[in-house]
Amino acid sequence: MSKFRTRIKAKLVENEITEVKLLVKHPMERASHTNLETGEFVGTPHFIEEIECRHNDKIVMSGFWSGGISKDPFCAFRFKGGKAGDKVQFSWKDNLGNTGSKATEIG
Amino acid sequence: MTISRRHFLNGLVATGMLGTLSQTVLAEWPKKAFETENINDAVAALFTEIKEVDETVITITAPEIAENGAVVPVEVETNLPNVESIALIGDKNPKPLIAQFNFPDPENSIAWVKLRIKLGGTSNIVAIVKSNGKLYAVHKEVKVTIGGCGG
Repeated sequence: MSKFRTRIKAKLVENEITEVKLLVKHPMERASHTNLETGEFVGTPHFIEEIECRHNDKIVMSGFWSGGISKDPFCAFRFKGGKAGDKVQFSWKDNLGNTGSKATEIG
Repeated sequence: MTISRRHFLNGLVATGMLGTLSQTVLAEWPKKAFETENINDAVAALFTEIKEVDETVITITAPEIAENGAVVPVEVETNLPNVESIALIGDKNPKPLIAQFNFPDPENSIAWVKLRIKLGGTSNIVAIVKSNGKLYAVHKEVKVTIGGCGG
């Protein structure tokens, strides 16, 4: 089990339009902390770099993220053509090689 | 290692056609664009020609005053047709490029994303939308009382 809990919800909001909500428990560290004297970042960045969402094995959204996204990132998007009961899968990969994925059905 | 714009675009195509993220077949994360500290370089690494539009075409919904720069909810919406990608930039962030979303099947995508971002201070959020192969940009100022980039 990954220590990064991944959650996904998919819901029909209008006819044929599905809204997908994604949530990952992830530190999204741009750097560990700032050195207050020099103002430089020290430490290891740790953030999700790549995300991907599939509807019935077809990619509907992919993206590149950075440390500029808030901790425990939340993201929502919509796509056309989903039906109740269809499978939606979300997967991600971070800069340290951790991955996570979760699938759900459109409700 | 540097990644040319062409290489990056090829990479985007590859993501659309090949394997899942958990497999090793991946487009490379566009390091040059995300690591740069200059907003113009970030844009130049991703895109070439950009047309500035007003907020009736692309709408950025974000608070005018964000108390905490570490969590700023942002929503981008556009009525442009066939949107292929949306990128978000915070111009005062140490690394301005925040995120890029691609829609491999533009006809079935809806140009709407919502997420929570960090802002280093009072800054402009810039959204760049690619529609029918052309680029459109819009910006919105957000005042931040506590910066969200370390410190």
